[in-house]
Amino acid sequence: MDKNYRKIIYLSFPPGRSSQPLVCNLARNFNLTFNILKAQITPRQEGFMTLEISGDEENFHKGSEYLKEQGVRVTPVAQKITRNEESCMHCGMCTSLCPTRALAVNAATRCVDFDAEKCSACGMCVRVCPVRAMEVDLENGVLQ
Amino acid sequence: MSAAKTVKTIKEINERIRKGKAVVLNASEMAEAVRSMGKAKAAREVDVVTTGTFSPMCSSGMLFNIGQEPPVIKVQKMRLNNIPCHAGLAAVDAYLGVTELCKDDPLNKIAPGAFKYGGGHVIEDLVRGKAVRLWCESYGTDCYPKKKLEKDVTLADLPFAQLLNPRNCYQSYNVAVNMTSRTIYTYMGPLKPNMRNANFATAGELSPLFNDPLFRTIGLGTKIFLGGGVGWVLGAGTQHNPRPKRNERGLPMHPSGTIMVRGDMKGMDARYVRGVSYVGYGSSLSLGVGIPIPILDEEMAWFTGVSDADISMPVVDYGHDYPNGVKRVLAQPTYAELLSGEIAVNGEKVAAVPLSSRVIALEVAEKLKDWIRSGEFLLTEAQEQIPAF
Ligand code: SF4
Ligand code: SF4
Repeated sequence: MDKNYRKIIYLSFPPGRSSQPLVCNLARNFNLTFNILKAQITPRQEGFMTLEISGDEENFHKGSEYLKEQGVRVTPVAQKITRNEESCMHCGMCTSLCPTRALAVNAATRCVDFDAEKCSACGMCVRVCPVRAMEVDLENGVLQ
Repeated sequence: MSAAKTVKTIKEINERIRKGKAVVLNASEMAEAVRSMGKAKAAREVDVVTTGTFSPMCSSGMLFNIGQEPPVIKVQKMRLNNIPCHAGLAAVDAYLGVTELCKDDPLNKIAPGAFKYGGGHVIEDLVRGKAVRLWCESYGTDCYPKKKLEKDVTLADLPFAQLLNPRNCYQSYNVAVNMTSRTIYTYMGPLKPNMRNANFATAGELSPLFNDPLFRTIGLGTKIFLGGGVGWVLGAGTQHNPRPKRNERGLPMHPSGTIMVRGDMKGMDARYVRGVSYVGYGSSLSLGVGIPIPILDEEMAWFTGVSDADISMPVVDYGHDYPNGVKRVLAQPTYAELLSGEIAVNGEKVAAVPLSSRVIALEVAEKLKDWIRSGEFLLTEAQEQIPAF
């Protein structure tokens, strides 16, 4: 198992469930470090959080089990942002703002490659792609 | 050069195309060919070089006619999918520009605006075969009594629909940076503060007008690839600058030559005709254009032998200089440097970000090559020269 495991996950908290102690417990009890990339509470009191977690892979799995037991839905962010391959023109504009280089020009092919594993779901590409080829799963309200 | 100047005529080249014997290379292959065999041999061996570009091309639009059905109408106001068209031409002729926006678009009221749908999108939808909503209003005359018309139309329903683009294919373009301390949203894409990215366009060595920098062969009547179908060059485009500063290869050092083109939309393919929305700026059309260049002699072989390293483009500040009309060039990187992903401006390293699809540009040049090789696409002789000095 990987000791330097790193993953970006997306958490949805049920209404009324405060996110703070849960995430703190995650760090304390499972020895994981986290970086909150985005957090939001809807008018219906549901909470959403995009979290970058690093640490031991085994602990990461235990930690996410713990969150699930607490009623938190855990989704890997890679599933949140997708690219419509039919529509993408490989122009490159999105690479100007992508903070994680999940979108980057491939020097050999001149195509713009999308590596969903590196994506932090910041939504920049969704806003700037001139043909709206970058799509976001809006069901969970991760981005507006 | 010891070899005598090779001279071929367009007629002779067409004869070879008809017989399936023409040697056709795309512009990147030609750069390699001239590098390896020299311009004299390349001029003897190669007949045609195909170029291609795929970029947002403002100053494009569709000239169309909606046909009549009784009782007839003299349209005064027209919209397609709620995008206003210019109908002050005749009874049912109209023009729709690609940067025209929806009647109720929020524009930049909450900046930066999204500009989700504009004239360019209507054109893409029509080329895709989708129905668009036609809305017309009139005041009624004795000969044209109808006052209102509303219906769905497809491209097939329109008796006439052609792209008629007053200015396309800019020969060279600015590389945009932003020297202010806030992110700005321009027609050159988003620019981060303090020069953190440099956005550049054109297809470099594949670009049509870099391969015939002095317009020796491209002029009124040149038959071209336009949006996946056949189009024609009509002459110089608006803002055409015949006298740019040029380097030793005759290549312009800043935006200069342009062409006006037209082509029947009914033969086009939506892969090469895309409505685009630029955050904070507006809508436009990304269009594939490919121009075949006959290798008439050594000079044309030399010109088409242009490579990314020969081309250089000016870096301009879009934060302050461009909006205020200040003419200042911060750096002059080569296209090859831009492609590498990083350029130097005032001693700083800046990420270079492309805006034009090199992949689709090559696809356009390859398609045109296939058309010529198959014998279905012949070259034409320009009937009027585009000025260039
Ligand atoms: S901006 Fe959009 S079309 Fe261009 S490369 Fe990125 S995803 Fe593809
Ligand atoms: S959402 Fe888009 S811009 Fe943001 S990290 Fe993912 S790919 Fe990059």
